[in-house]
Amino acid sequence: MSKKLLLDKIGIEGIKGFEVYRREGGYKSVEKAFKMQPNDIVEEVKKSGLRGRGGAGFPTGMKWSFLAKPEGVARYLVCNADESEPGTFKDRYLMEFIPHLLIEGMIVSSYTLGSKISYIYIRGEYDWITDILENAIEEARQNGFLGKNILDSGFDCEIYVHRGAGAYICGEETALLESLEGKRGLPRIKPPFPAVKGVWGSPTVVNNVETIAAIVPIINEGGEAYSKIGVGRSTGTKLISACGNINKPGVYEIDMTISVEEFIFSDEYCGGIPNGKRLKACIPGGSSVPILPANLLLKTAKGETRLMNYESLADGGFVTGSMMGSGGFIVLDEDQCVVRHTLTLARFYHHESCGQCSPCREGTGWMEKVFTKIENGKGEMKDIDLLWDIQRKIEGNTICPLGDAAAWPVAAAIRHFRDEFEWHVLNPEECLK
Amino acid sequence: MKKTMIFSEEQLNKVNAIINRYPEGKQKSAILPILHLAQQQGGGWLDVSSMDYVASLLNIKPIEVYEVATFYSMYNTKSVGKYVFEVCQTGPCMLNGSDDIIKYIEDKLSIKKGETTADGLFTLKVVECLGACGYAPMMQFGKTYREHLTKEKVDSIIEECIAKAAANN
Ligand SMILES: NC(=O)C1=CN([C@@H]2O[C@H](COP(=O)(O)OP(=O)(O)OC[C@H]3O[C@@H](n4cnc5c(N)ncnc54)[C@H](O)[C@@H]3O)[C@@H](O)[C@H]2O)C=CC1
Ligand SMILES: Cc1cc2nc3c(=O)[nH]c(=O)nc-3n(C[C@H](O)[C@H](O)[C@H](O)COP(=O)(O)O)c2cc1C
Ligand code: SF4
Ligand code: FES
Repeated sequence: MSKKLLLDKIGIEGIKGFEVYRREGGYKSVEKAFKMQPNDIVEEVKKSGLRGRGGAGFPTGMKWSFLAKPEGVARYLVCNADESEPGTFKDRYLMEFIPHLLIEGMIVSSYTLGSKISYIYIRGEYDWITDILENAIEEARQNGFLGKNILDSGFDCEIYVHRGAGAYICGEETALLESLEGKRGLPRIKPPFPAVKGVWGSPTVVNNVETIAAIVPIINEGGEAYSKIGVGRSTGTKLISACGNINKPGVYEIDMTISVEEFIFSDEYCGGIPNGKRLKACIPGGSSVPILPANLLLKTAKGETRLMNYESLADGGFVTGSMMGSGGFIVLDEDQCVVRHTLTLARFYHHESCGQCSPCREGTGWMEKVFTKIENGKGEMKDIDLLWDIQRKIEGNTICPLGDAAAWPVAAAIRHFRDEFEWHVLNPEECLK
Repeated sequence: MKKTMIFSEEQLNKVNAIINRYPEGKQKSAILPILHLAQQQGGGWLDVSSMDYVASLLNIKPIEVYEVATFYSMYNTKSVGKYVFEVCQTGPCMLNGSDDIIKYIEDKLSIKKGETTADGLFTLKVVECLGACGYAPMMQFGKTYREHLTKEKVDSIIEECIAKAAANN
């Protein structure tokens, strides 16, 4: 069984409330952190090897050490709870069932970064979770963990929940900051990174929900102990949200040593494919990452067992590998149509493009159209090449990675399942059934 | 046409509390939460006068509010029915039969995606991934989600709404 650091207490009755959470050892990391210097906490986080759980996997300790600290300028911590990548629902699970873990992590992180006002930017549709978080914040305040001079440390801190209103792009950190400023979510050009110029022009750290929650066990058990879990640069535990054609969809905490095969087929995790069907393909890290056919999913091109970690999932690059991404694990059984599934993704990215860059704005719309044409049995062979061409022209030519995120799934679908696209062209009457 | 929007004292206190979450002079940051309040007050959608009202509360130009209200998919700038079904149609939901659910609702209510029933009771919207992919097919219904949808579940939700509407009248 994988070691659990985040979800180990999730089954305890009443863990959503402060009292039980505290009784079970909650908020100890705040007490411990206040006895440490902020710089020493950053060192612990560096030692832990923790990488950003929002998808990019950037080392958290390094990001924190990059935070600019000009005299007399406020600094901010903003938690990214926008979670909108298709296939991803892990942050929701954590916030819904163990909200104090996030609040505890926010307090320690705010202290470390010197953020006296910190925000949780939550996607607008998670309306009821906003209430859960606000309730947890209020409980923490009543018990002296928020407000002025917390636990006599001299540190003041407030946390506010800022609810979005439906826009995937606001998960991109600079669009998120624009949105927090009360504007449309249009990504900014990086650099400058938020760590230098973030919300209202002040240095800001943006971190994913799961990243901030992981700070709690890192402080409690030490960076060194955390780094010993997992393999190589994939340290600690990772939340995976599994969905699609599996027997047990849900959120699983894994240490990153288990194989993809075990994850899909063992009863501890996904429990295999329903109705005895065969595994066809999988998108292992949220809709933006390349889809892999079963053979390349379970074993790398070199024939090694593929593991559920950053390096192994990426083995083979985009030609024969994929990515860990946000941990949104989408499984397709043998009856599913890759063209149809990828069409929904093309439509998604078209819908969510903010429209600032023409390759993304026009390209995503164009891809959706061509996909629809093929799916409706009106496609021609040259449309497949056209799709390939469009995605190549988007990739790398845009302000933010949404463009790439729209291009990659299309490229991988054509690369690995070209025969299915061709089948649609050759069997138009079958497509319409 | 809707009546001109005016918040109650309680709502205005809430507005002030929201504005106070942000540093001084950054009251524009309160725009999303306050638009949520205004939409709730305004029967589920925002007309121009409500948006103007929000602009006046925040001391910003109306255009700044229009820009934002039209960018985010949760704000309705056209009227909607009393009950809005927002069914997810993205990949993982599609793999679990969301297309059938959408079709079923369309047939049952005799409307197409994006339309409202003639009695003004129901609107069907299709939306993109709502972060509930493991509980597919699903829809947003008011403040919460309805998950693992089946035709039977859809029937009972519709009945629930009809009963609620009848009780209110
Ligand atoms: N969780 C979700 O729902 C979704 C996640 N994603 C993920 O997002 C990823 C892309 O995210 P980006 O933020 O664009 O990646 P990025 O690589 O630009 O940045 C990652 C983080 O490191 C920081 N950073 C990088 N270099 C830095 C430097 N020199 N100084 C200071 N800070 C630095 C950035 O500010 C950011 O917080 C994709 O890989 C995708 O997997 C995408 C869509 C949705
Ligand atoms: C289009 C797009 C959407 C994103 N959505 C999210 C999101 O919903 N949640 C998230 O944590 N990061 C998201 N990211 C990544 C953020 O930009 C950023 O890298 C992350 O919040 C940093 O936190 P971390 O270092 O803790 O992972 C998105 C990136 C892009 C390009
Ligand atoms: S790549 Fe797309 S989403 Fe990102 S800034 Fe450009 S148009 Fe907007
Ligand atoms: S795809 Fe429907 S909730 Fe994610």
